[in-house]
Amino acid sequence: MTPVTTDVAAPDTRRAGRYVYIAAVVLLCAWVLVPLYFLLINTLSSPETVNSFPKPFLPEFDLGSLGFFAGFAGILTALKNSILVAGLTMIMSILIGAPAGYALSRFDFRGKEAFRLLILLTRAFPLPLLALPLAVMFIQTGLDDTVFGLSLVHTTLAIPFAVLITFSLFSGIPLELEEAAWTLGCTRLTAFTKVVLPLILPGITASAIFAFVISWNEVFAAAVLTIENRTLTAFLLQNLDTSPLHLKFAGGFILVVPALIFIFAVRKYLFAMWGIANR
Amino acid sequence: MAEIQIKNVAKRFGSYQALHDINLTIQDQEFMVLLGASGCGKTTLLRIIAGLETATEGEVWIGGRRVDHLPPKDRGIAMVFQNYAVFPHLTVFENIGFGLRMQKLPNDEVKRRVERTAGLMHIDQLLGRYSGELSGGQRQRVAVARALAMEPDVILMDEPLSNLDALLRMEMRAELKGVLAESNTTAIYVTHDQVEAMSMADRISVMHQGKIVQAASPIEVYRNPAAEFVAGFIGNPPMNFLPATPAGDGKWTVAGQILDGPSRTTPLHFAIRPEDLRPADTGLAATVKVVEPLGAHLLVTCSVDGALFRAVLDSDLTVRRGDTLTLAPQPDRVRWFDPETTLAVA
Ligand SMILES: Nc1ncnc2c1ncn2[C@@H]1O[C@H](COP(=O)(O)OP(=O)(O)O)[C@@H](O)[C@H]1O
Ligand SMILES: [Mg+2]
Repeated sequence: MTPVTTDVAAPDTRRAGRYVYIAAVVLLCAWVLVPLYFLLINTLSSPETVNSFPKPFLPEFDLGSLGFFAGFAGILTALKNSILVAGLTMIMSILIGAPAGYALSRFDFRGKEAFRLLILLTRAFPLPLLALPLAVMFIQTGLDDTVFGLSLVHTTLAIPFAVLITFSLFSGIPLELEEAAWTLGCTRLTAFTKVVLPLILPGITASAIFAFVISWNEVFAAAVLTIENRTLTAFLLQNLDTSPLHLKFAGGFILVVPALIFIFAVRKYLFAMWGIANR
Repeated sequence: MAEIQIKNVAKRFGSYQALHDINLTIQDQEFMVLLGASGCGKTTLLRIIAGLETATEGEVWIGGRRVDHLPPKDRGIAMVFQNYAVFPHLTVFENIGFGLRMQKLPNDEVKRRVERTAGLMHIDQLLGRYSGELSGGQRQRVAVARALAMEPDVILMDEPLSNLDALLRMEMRAELKGVLAESNTTAIYVTHDQVEAMSMADRISVMHQGKIVQAASPIEVYRNPAAEFVAGFIGNPPMNFLPATPAGDGKWTVAGQILDGPSRTTPLHFAIRPEDLRPADTGLAATVKVVEPLGAHLLVTCSVDGALFRAVLDSDLTVRRGDTLTLAPQPDRVRWFDPETTLAVA
């Protein structure tokens, strides 16, 4: 191509490029936002409207569907179970994940890189493959159909993220700060609690919230491993074909909203995690 | 009393030997500077004394007590780090008081000592601020105040001024020297800056490739370098070297000139500082390559017998590129080195 044609073509190409770019952004946003919008409209409409056709494009702000949801037999127990399991998952994954993240960032040991990769690889292992042996083992140990048993599985799912997020947090704190604390009269432990912990507390909170969301959204293990003590996701899945449309919408809404809000709140730390994990 | 003794300390990182058999005694209340180029092991030695690194071999004694098995907090030391290490989540007050709080001192005692050291370092106005709201120089002051507030037996400083700009560095240098002289602590100060070392030290330990080459007073290190490395490292510009061949009877041939020297029969290196040369009728013939007027002096880079040779001359002289100067070395300032061992010859 000669320089002349390049000069003539450049503005056109650039403008076309911009249109493609904008179109792609709009499409991606629509992909995410349109279903959410329909979820919102249908949740905030009366059951009659939800089940009629055509659908409205604006919410009625009728709390009938949500009211029906709250009154549906077993749903509040399921909601309580979801919160309990997610809460336990959050606590356990931080208690196990944060020390691992600290060790990864502060100590050199043989196989450190392999260990980091292995942590990530646990996420590549499909849960359905594990479900049957897990269910058998849980029945044998009496962990089946318990909140604790399920949160153990969810902790396993959340730990890789807890480790990677806390690893990147600890790595962001100069070792010199800890060493300064040691020379000022701290032991390793007091230096950690007085210097490192206050500095990473916001990040730890974010990592905990992320673990909560992972558990909150998880449906497969929850559906396989619980019968009586179903979490909200498992409960809705179980009643998918029998429950009326407005219940599904309200349930979906209740599941999606906390996850969205939480993820939005901790997005900064998730980026940090990928920044490190992609290296 | 806090005399520091380092006995046969060696450090290996894997197969890399960072320190070789270091032996050094630092007197009580002495200001000792560890001087050397980057990578020569200064920080490693300081960290071994602090207890942040363990020596592969050897012993560290502080105040008559063997400490190399003790954690940093039990060694009676305080340390100032190169990057300040001011705690970002605490105010300046709480930073300076951090070590005192760890000792569980009563509140009013903490307050008294924090205010006193903050006053010494001229940061009394900043006690309520966080490190993010301080300049580099102010952070440096906080780091020093935090160490001083501990009233330690020994204060260890790792290039504390290297992140400051030149003017601030000069100001802090004098201030730090004054404050430490007041405080009766033994100080070990690491730097790669020879001006800092010369101006602050009671004694300088010049390090090279994991060894201490010379430990002596600044003027001794400058006037009587123990090895060629020291002669070429200290002084700006450093010493000039020329090969010398024996001409018998304590006479030496240097660049075609006959000079007095030690009575030896093997070839030596002749050495002279650039400021110890005078233009004269007889002396070394030097062809001028570059003339740099520095205000107070004239720095002249020449070639003597094909070797690089510098002279610091009076700025009133008119010297031009291509001129030939006859430079006479001041006899009592001439030094001789053995090229085999690189050590000084008396
Ligand atoms: N933790 C370590 N692991 C491996 N090598 C190190 C470590 N710390 C220092 N070294 C090496 O030891 C040598 C001396 O380092 P250092 O004491 O930091 O030098 P200086 O402070 O004089 O610049 C350097 O070559 C450095 O690469
Ligand atoms: Mg260093």
